[in-house]
Formats: sequence, structure tokens, C-alpha cells
Amino acid sequence: MIHSLFLVNSSGDIFLEKHWKSVVSRSVCDYFFEAQERASEPENVPPVIPTPHHYLISVLRHSIYFVAVIQSEVPPLFVIEFLHRVVDTFQDYFGVCTEAAIKDNVVVVYELLEEMLDNGFPLATESNILKELIKPPTILRTVVNTITGSTNVGEQLPTGQLSVVPWRRTGVKYTNNEAYFDVVEEIDAIIDKSGSTITAEIQGVIDACVKLTGMPDLTLSFMNPRLLDDVSFHPCVRFKRWEAERILSFIPPDGNFRLLSYHVSSQNLHPLRSTSLVAIPVYVKHNITFREGSSQGRFELTLGPKQTMGKGVEAVLVSSQLPRGVLNTNLNPTQGTYTFDPVTKLLSWDVGKINPQKLPSLKGSMSLQAGASKPDENPTINIQFKIQQSALSGLKVNRLDMYGEKYKPFKGIKYMTKAGKFQVRT
Amino acid sequence: MEWANQLCETRQFGSKMTDSKYFTTTKKGEIFELKAELNSDKKEKKKEAVKKVIASMTVGKDVSALFPDVVNCMQTDNLELKKLVYLYLMNYAKSQPDMAIMAVNTFVKDCEDPNPLIRALAVRTMGCIRVDKITEYLCEPLRKCLKDEDPYVRKTAAVCVAKLHDINAQLVEDQGFLDTLKDLISDSNPMVVANAVAALSEIAESHPNSNLLDLNPQSINKLLTALNECTEWGQIFILDCLANYTPRDDRESQSICERVTPRLSHANSAVVLSAVKVLMKFMEMLPKDLDYYGTLLKKLAPPLVTLLSAEPELQYVALRNINLIVQKRPEILKHEMKVFFVKYNDPIYVKLEKLDIMIRLASQANIAQVLAELKEYATEVDVDFVRKAVRAIGRCAIKVEQSAERCVSTLLDLIQTKVNYVVQEAIVVIKDIFRKYPNKYESVIATLCENLDSLDEPEARAAMIWIVGEYAERIDNADELLESFLEGFHDESTQVQLQLLTAIVKLFLKKPTETQELVQQVLSLATQDSDNPDLRDRGYIYWRLLSTDPVAAKEVVLAEKPLISEETDLIEPTLLEELICHIGTLASVYHKPPSAFVEGSRGVMHKRLPARTGSGEGTESPDVVNAAVGSAPEAAPSIIPSQGDLLGDLLNLDLAPSTNTVPPPTTSGMQMGGMDFLGGGLDSLLGGDIVGSPAMGAGFGVAPAVMPASLNAPVGGGLGDLFDLGGGVGMPMGAYIPPKTVWLPAMKAKGLEISGTFARRAGVIQMELVLTNKAMSVMTDFAIQFNRNSFGLAPAGPLQVLTPLGPNQTIEVSLPLSTVGPVMKMDPLNNLQVAVKNNIDVFYFSCQYPISMLFVEDGKMERQVFLATWKDIPNDNESQFQIKDCHLNSDAASNKLQGSNIFTIAKRTVEGQDMLYMSIKLSNGIWVLAELKVQAGNPNYTISLKCRAPEVSQCVFQCYEAVLKN
Repeated sequence: MIHSLFLVNSSGDIFLEKHWKSVVSRSVCDYFFEAQERASEPENVPPVIPTPHHYLISVLRHSIYFVAVIQSEVPPLFVIEFLHRVVDTFQDYFGVCTEAAIKDNVVVVYELLEEMLDNGFPLATESNILKELIKPPTILRTVVNTITGSTNVGEQLPTGQLSVVPWRRTGVKYTNNEAYFDVVEEIDAIIDKSGSTITAEIQGVIDACVKLTGMPDLTLSFMNPRLLDDVSFHPCVRFKRWEAERILSFIPPDGNFRLLSYHVSSQNLHPLRSTSLVAIPVYVKHNITFREGSSQGRFELTLGPKQTMGKGVEAVLVSSQLPRGVLNTNLNPTQGTYTFDPVTKLLSWDVGKINPQKLPSLKGSMSLQAGASKPDENPTINIQFKIQQSALSGLKVNRLDMYGEKYKPFKGIKYMTKAGKFQVRT
Repeated sequence: MEWANQLCETRQFGSKMTDSKYFTTTKKGEIFELKAELNSDKKEKKKEAVKKVIASMTVGKDVSALFPDVVNCMQTDNLELKKLVYLYLMNYAKSQPDMAIMAVNTFVKDCEDPNPLIRALAVRTMGCIRVDKITEYLCEPLRKCLKDEDPYVRKTAAVCVAKLHDINAQLVEDQGFLDTLKDLISDSNPMVVANAVAALSEIAESHPNSNLLDLNPQSINKLLTALNECTEWGQIFILDCLANYTPRDDRESQSICERVTPRLSHANSAVVLSAVKVLMKFMEMLPKDLDYYGTLLKKLAPPLVTLLSAEPELQYVALRNINLIVQKRPEILKHEMKVFFVKYNDPIYVKLEKLDIMIRLASQANIAQVLAELKEYATEVDVDFVRKAVRAIGRCAIKVEQSAERCVSTLLDLIQTKVNYVVQEAIVVIKDIFRKYPNKYESVIATLCENLDSLDEPEARAAMIWIVGEYAERIDNADELLESFLEGFHDESTQVQLQLLTAIVKLFLKKPTETQELVQQVLSLATQDSDNPDLRDRGYIYWRLLSTDPVAAKEVVLAEKPLISEETDLIEPTLLEELICHIGTLASVYHKPPSAFVEGSRGVMHKRLPARTGSGEGTESPDVVNAAVGSAPEAAPSIIPSQGDLLGDLLNLDLAPSTNTVPPPTTSGMQMGGMDFLGGGLDSLLGGDIVGSPAMGAGFGVAPAVMPASLNAPVGGGLGDLFDLGGGVGMPMGAYIPPKTVWLPAMKAKGLEISGTFARRAGVIQMELVLTNKAMSVMTDFAIQFNRNSFGLAPAGPLQVLTPLGPNQTIEVSLPLSTVGPVMKMDPLNNLQVAVKNNIDVFYFSCQYPISMLFVEDGKMERQVFLATWKDIPNDNESQFQIKDCHLNSDAASNKLQGSNIFTIAKRTVEGQDMLYMSIKLSNGIWVLAELKVQAGNPNYTISLKCRAPEVSQCVFQCYEAVLKN
């Protein structure tokens, strides 16, 4: 199981170590540093690194490498999932997961890590349970603790630990009972030069914020549940009920949690689904050319809305890694602002909202190194955007019912579409 | 700790509310201050001090000097303080074992605390203190906690057993904790079950042969129930454990699959992948025409695709596993090609994996799309990725024949880009395409030749030279082209030099008249001016061939080359099957069997996919054995799975009626690169007269029919040692080889001393001799002969002592033996009379061989046959022996014996006594049946042997003794 954990910052310093079994010397990280040196970009460090006696499994988040050391055959996904859980927990506790935040709260961090693993076996990883065991630090609590000498470690066995609903504690009380659900869809797409779609798929999630008193039992039904045939559920969802009736039935955890995530792909052989191919909400017209022997290149880019179901496309941000040969650019945006970093060659254009009547465009010239041959590679254009009040796949919640409690909760649902990895090749 | 000091400086002005203030302890002299604070009367001050200590500890600062002071704070009601002290204890107890004893009393007291949280915490912490003295005290509290009324305590205690086992395995066994742990599998609480399974799995990893996780339909049912209710991590443990079970029949297999499929929708990717493993394995048992089989196939695709939308690290592991899955069952993802298309900001390790899978999924139906993508990738920035993309185009051409033309034209387009590394890579793959489709695309040679000057990488240069040599007759100026390379011959890498040598010889054979000068030039460059033995040898061989027999030279050099196949990069099916059983593990990430790299696991079990069986078949035969020995029918016999060595696996797998869909191994030299360099020696090891050698022949490229002994004998010994070495790590159950003894002392043989032993390696009997010259003069002209003997042993080739043996020199020779020589019964039966001749004289000696080297690999009798034979042999032929002082358990014994081709056919346990039924076949076809009684705790075994030729029993018994005690 997981033997040790080292936290490494971007400059290659180990700033925290934790061992769950015998102590492993931090020199084991040298193998990691070697791999880090070889990698061209920080994110290119391979996640599994073998060393003569151990394996190092790492994730990179918030510019911190979380390097786990294992000694025997352990499923790597188990380790990676756990590491991500550690990061989520830190974020949950400290608001941000940065080196400074971790150092500021080093004792809490240590207590948390101790609570999350025992001898390398996961012990308590649910945020609800952890928070009962170890209270998150707040300025107020620290002050109070200092004055009263009380502690931020729970004295009682967390109620959820062994119940059939380990994700929920008992005795939850709210004056305002509310349950909000966000349906958020991210579209990943690759569009080729000519504007046709090579791949497009939707990664959707339903995130919930449930603050309900007692032990509410919720059911959530959809207008078009057939859309969801590739889903991953939070453990609270009753799978049998879903299989039989396509209804989500669950006792929710308290607070924020991800109820489910789903995946809709563009190519589906399902006969009933052939109509719901993934719609591409924006289009890009581009003309990026270099001529042999000329030290100038042309750059033209126009954006427009495509299938957006009448909703506006906003928060549009275009970025592109221009070829190394480009020295500088001289471009004019019809709206928004653009920047070009001559060192990293990163062009980014903050467009804002797309007005269908007056399409935003960015045109001008790029200056190249004099005498150099024209660049070999074609830049790829990355687009980010948001569309409020719409889920691209067409998923719609039908109703939410609550059983098991008497009061009437306040319910809300919100839809949003975002660009995930939305890439246009030129 | 430079930064920590700096941090302190800056922090002193900053917020005092955060933990970073504790770092001030790292300053010199403050250890004393801390000491005072720790001993303060004020609770709050104490706690703050402990926090400071912990903070220093986390950054790797040594605060062990404070041990007694911190331990003094342990007796407190404050849970946080207690936890902090425990944290400290776990870290430093090892370095201060005597001090740690001070803490024991508090631990024991805490294990009785009314608060389950404290009980659990105490037992948990005690387990983490890796000090022998403490572990002794741990036993009693642990025993109580394992039976605690509170499940939280029980589940913590379960893990503690694993911890204790890690520190002192013997103690855990002696105290009976393993049994208690097994009982916890039936606990009412799913979390306890999950932890018990996890602990047992971890313990089992260091005890591969123990029956710790003895899975039966009842326990499987309990696990499946717990699976639905326990935490995500528990689900992973349970699924991984389930994957080790082999269902009795297809119905059980289906019902397990049905209960596991819901896990595919879990949000935790590790749960998903573990579920995929179970399904991939158990699917193997389902009949393909079953509706459910199709349903299951369809259900597997979406979760795998979903894994690819997760974080890149998860994607990487998922992709490595998908790579295995598409090789085993390509139908699952054949429609999902697009999800493997590369996004330009994927990390490089994800890109490369995706590319690999794209090629595996490439088919006629999607090749156009794939090629368009690959061409796109070839214009990206990352050089490594671009190269691999170009290579991928070549692999597509080789894999999908219909697309070859399109691939070639794509490659030509890429060559036109003139991007240097793209051109070089393209030329390397075009060479492969030429080999796959000879005489088809030669029209492009002209274009390739245009780029000759820009090639600066050895591989590309070598490829280009190969092309020129191969098609010399169609290239008008081939001689000029090759000559141009010759100028800088000595600056080239070996690869290029070798290729150039061969190419020019080819050219000469094709156009002898005008290239004589050139060939002479290259031959002299290779043989006279080069220090490289490979190059020199190849040069000499060509030279001799050309000078003695040009026709033969033509036949050798211009011989038809074996076609390269599209599947060269596929994982070998045996390995693939094993890896499928290890989906989700490190083995699956490295595509290597776990035995190849997992440290600390002594002798990893080789996992196999179950064979598709008809229901009920597996259960009846042991009953027959049961009845045969007249035992109580209620004692359920369990059949020992075959856990043979590497070789056993190779053989078994092919003989087993496994129904895998993977195409048979290919006969390509490329795949077997590793084998190639071991050369003929390995062939000799693996060849021979083993039954099933056709299967091996297929596996190792060229069929290793018995090699001319002249070739393999001298290398045999050395390689045998190599093999032995491997045996130490990879295959602990090798055949027993007695130590070498002196057969012929130097005094009796005019200075020649011979010692030796006998071995059976991969089915070949070998006499391993060590010849030492203790005389003053050189010895030459060695030869060997055997007298007629009981089993017709005879040398299979001459004794290979090629070089004269100088004074005080020693040579090791391995002599392969056959069993087809003349037969005469000897006394003792295994006596062998040998004559060795050298230039001085002829010497005689006799030696005795262990009869075990005559035990053949196919000596495993069918159970029914065993039963019938046992009955058939008259009781007078039965002889009984005692083997004393053998401390193996029955499984270990069975494993050990199997290494020497003594096969356990059935095992049965009656009143704590294990009865093993075994069969042996001698090289002359005599069968020996054995019954071995092993009683737990009793080091004396009883063995009964039955054989139609009872004379051999004594020798066989000696072998048992020798094998078991070594």
C-alpha cells in the first residue's frame, strides 16, 4: 500500500514528507527529480516512475507534485485517486492548495494525512467524516482555541464512519433547507482545418449543494434519461433503482458533492441517440499563412456562434501557441483585448461576448525572423467559452422530490455549458 | 532547511495564527526551550510545544532528543494532544526502542478505554511502532480489539494484523491472528470485511503459496454482498480479491459478473478498472454465443472511454491498460477510435500511449481517418511525438494491407516537407514497408535517394543503405551511392558499418563485374582496420564465402528474408493472458509479469485466465481419487493449481484447452530480439525432446529442433548458469541439481581432474563437467564415452573442449545426453561408467546420477488414469519410505517437486494430514505413482511409491529426499 508521501514544489524542494510505514529516505525522490529534469514541461513528468526498490507515483496539481512512494504491487489508479483526494481535502480545508497554505497549516495537514491513511490503507477520506474528526482551521476557531484551550480534534467517533450511509453525518440541522443542482457540461472537440468536426464529446457533471435537515431521501428524474448511458455515480446513488427506472434516488451527503458525471460522445451507434449528436456551439474562420522568403505572415481569425439554442456565447477566450519563428504580432481585434508574449509565443485574445450581428475578429500581420525559412508547424487554436442556462446535450431535469422529512425545501437547478479542450487546427 | 529558516524570518512579522510559527524550533538552541515548554504545567503550553515538535519533524528535522519529554505528555485526556504524541512516537520509536517501552502502559490502558475512537487509535498506533519489544505487548490488546463490539475498532485491528505481520510474521502466525482475520471476512459490517480482505491480500503477497484467501462460493457471496456497501477503497480491495477466484462453471461466472457490473459506474476510476479486471477474467469462461456475453462486451466500452476524460495521470494508467484490453478483445473498443485522437496539449506520455492504441485499433474501416490524424501529428512541435507519429504511419501500412499505398504516399508527402527528422524517420519506416511488400513500391526509391545527404542519424542511414543494397540491380548508380558512404567508414556507427558491408556484398553478388574493387575495399576496412569483433567476423565470413563458394554466398546473402508481420509489436499471448489478470496493477502499466519486478514477493503466483469449462466437469474427478484411496467422502479435495516454473507455463499454456482469440505467436526475429542475443545456447536449453516443443518452436521464432550439439555444448554451461541465476529470482521452483562432486581425482588421471553433476534443463539432460588440468603440460583432444547403462544414457554430441587446456586451467563443459543408447541394468541402478580420453591417456571413472533428471515434463497423469493405474499395480510393488526433518508445508513441497517434474495430481486433507498424489514418468516410459503424507507440525513425511518396475523406487525415494531437502 502507500508507503510515504512527499510534496515537491516547482523548484524541486521537498517541503513536506509523511510516512505511513517505516521511514523512506527522501533521497528516493532523486529519481523523481531526474525525471523532472528530463521533462520539457512540468506536466510531462511521467506519473509512474520505477526506482530500484520503490515506485513513485505522482500527480501534479496547483504546481505541487504529490509524490507517493510504494513498495509492493498496488493498483496505481488507487494511488492516483487517493492523491487527488488529498488535494481536494486540502483545498476544502484551506480554501487553496498552495505551498504557503500547506506550510501555514502543517500540523492540520499532518493530522489529516494520518487520518486518511492507516498503514497505507485508506481510513477516512470523505470530507464529511474528516471534518468531524479534525475541524478545519478558521481564524475565529484558532483564536477561540487559544483562549479556551479547547481543541480542533473531534472527541467522538464520527457518526458516519460505520453507518450504511457513511457519507452523511447524523443530526444535521438548518434553518433554511435548500438543495441546488448545477448541470455543467464541458465540450471537448477537435475541429480540423476545413471546419469539420473530427471528434466532439461532452463531459457532463451534476454538482449539488444540499443543505437539508435530518435524513432526507431525494429522487431526481430527467426528461430524457436515455442520454445518460455512460455515467459514474456518487456512492450515495442507488444503482438498482437507476437500472430499473432511470431515476436517481439517494440520501445526499451534507454540503457540496458531485452527484454524477456522464459522458456523451459524438459517435453513437445507439439507434435512439442518433439524433442527439454533439452540436458545436461556435465556429472559427481562420487564415494563418506564412510565405517562403517573406518575413511577414498573415493572421486572420473570426468567431461566430453556431448551434447555441438561442443562448449567448460569453467569456470567450482564444489562445494559440504560435510557431517559434514568430518574433512579434501586429493585430487588431474588433473587440476585447489581445496579448502576445514574444518569449513563450503565446497569443491570447480575451473576446468576451459574441454578438451574432457583429462577429468578433482579430486580423493583422506577424513578423518573422528575417531570412529564416517558414515554420514547419501549424498553430492550434484553443477556445474557451461559456453558455449559460443551457446544457449542450439537451439533458433536462424533470423534478426533484424529497421523502423522509416533513419540511419543504427550497430547490434550484442551473444549467451551463463550457468549453473543455476545444481545439481548432489550422 | 534553508527555506524553513527564511520562512521563520518572514513569518515573525506575519500572522501568528498559523502553524508556520512552529518552525521557529529549527533554530539552534531551541531544543532546550522546547524541553522546558514540554514539561510545563500548563496544558496549553504543552500542546503548543508538541505542535512545534511535530512541525519540525514534518520537514525532516531531527527532534528525537525530546523523546522522553514528549512521551510524558501522552497521558492526557486531550485527544488532539494524544494524537500528536502518537504521531511523534510512530516516527521516533524505532530510533529509541528503550524509551518507547515507556509508552506501552498507556497504550494498553487506552485499548480498554470506553471510547472506541481511543481504543482504535491506540491499537492503530501500536502497530505502527516497529519495535520488537512493543510488538510483544501488542498481542493481547490486538486480540481483544479484533473481537471488539465496535466495528470501527475491529476494522482498525484488521489492518493492525497486517502491520504486525510486516514486522514479525512468525508472531502473527503463532498467535493465530491469521485465523481471526479470516473469520472477519464473514463479519456483519462491510467495512470490516473490506479491511480484512485488504490485510489478508497484503499478507498473502509475501506468502504466495499460503491458502490465506481461501475463496469458496460462500465466501465469494459474502464478499459480493460487502462490495455493495463498503467504501470505494474497500471495493477496490474486494474486487482485486475476487479477481483471484476461479469460478466453478460458467453459471457462477455469469452471476459474479452480473453483481460486479454496477461497479463500472463508480466515480472512482480505480474501482472501475478493478471491476474491468474481474469482468475481463471471468468473461473468459462464458460461452461466446451466450446473450449475456454480448451484453457484457457492450457494457465495458463506456467506462473505459470515460476514464479518458479524467486527469492525465489517470488517463495514462487507463491507456496502458486499454492497450492490453484491445489486444485481448479488440471488439470492445473498435468503434471508439476517436477518443484516442490526440489533443495538442495532452502531456507527452498520454500522447504516445494514445498513438499506440490508435495503431492497434486501425483497420480497413477507419484507416483513412487514422492516417489523416497521423499526418496532422507529424507537423506538431514535439520531436519525439512527431517521430512516433511517422513510425505509426509505417506500422499502419504493415498492419492494414489495403492502406499500404496510401501510407506510402503520405510518407512521401512528409519527405517533401524536408523537415530533417521527419525525413529520416520516414525512410526508416519505408524500409519496413519494403520488407513487408517486396517489389511493390520500389518506384519511390528515386525520391528517397534525393535525401541521402540529409540523413545524419545512424538508423536512417542504415535503412537507406539497406534499401540501396537490396535493390542494387535497379539503382543505376548504386555503386556510387555506396562508395560515397565508404569514405567516412570509420566514423560511422556500428549499425551503419554492418549494413554498409552487407549492402556492398549484395551489390557485388548482383553486379560482380564493376564492383570488385569496392567489395575488396569494404572487406579490408571491416576486417583489417576495425576493432569491432562483430564487424570483423561478419567481414571474414563474407570473405571466406566469396572466396570459396560464390554460389553458396549468393544463397546466404541474397536469401529470401522472412516477411515481417503486422503483429510484431503485440504482447506475447502467454504474457498477455497473465497481464489481463493483473489489470490495474503496476504490472499492467509496465506490461511485464509481476514476477519480473515486484520486490519482496518471493515467488509470485502466475495468474492465468480460466479456461472455458463445461459445468460440473471440474468437480467429479477429484471424487474419483477420493474413492480410490478409500477416504471419507466428506473431506472435500482441493486441486492444487499448477504453479510451475516459467517453462512449465510455456508448456502448460499451450497444452491447456484455453480458448484465446489472440493470433498465434509470430515468427519474427524482431519480436524475439532478447532471445536472439542468447543465441543458440538458449535454443539448446529450450529445445530437445520435450513434448510440446512445437508450441515452443512457434514461440521462439525459428523452431529449435535439436541443435547440432557442436554448436550448443560449449555455451550450454555458461548459459545454464545464466539460467540458474534467473532461477533464483524469477522461477524459484527450478529442477533440483545436486552439487558438483569430484568424479576423477587428478592423481588417478595423470593430472586431469574431473568433477561434475547432472541437470535437467528445459527437458534436456545435461552432464555438467569441470575439467581441470593439474599437470604441467597442455591437454588436448578430449573425448567421452559411456558404458551401457540402465536407462540408455549416451552423449548426444562430442565433448566440446575446443581450445587446448593449459596447465592450471579449468574449463566447464556441458554435455547434452540422450536416452537412446544401449541398455544394461547396472547396480546400483543409477550407476554410470564413463571413459574420458585426452592426448595423454584414457581414464575411467563411474558416477551416480539422480534419477530425477530422467523425469520427463509430461509426467502429469490424468486423474482417472492415475486412479486406474494405482489400483492396477499389485500391492507387492508398493514400497514405503520415511523422509525425516523436512519442514515444508504440503504446498511448498508440491511446488518444489514440480520443479523436478514430479507432478501433484490431487491433494486431500484428512484430519490435518495432507495427502498428495503424484505421478512421475521416466524417460523410458516407466510411470511411478506416489502418495506423500504430510502432517502439519510433523517434520517426518511418509511416502509410498507404486511402480511396475519396483527396482526404481529406491532411487526415486532418494530423489524425493534430495529435492525436498534442498
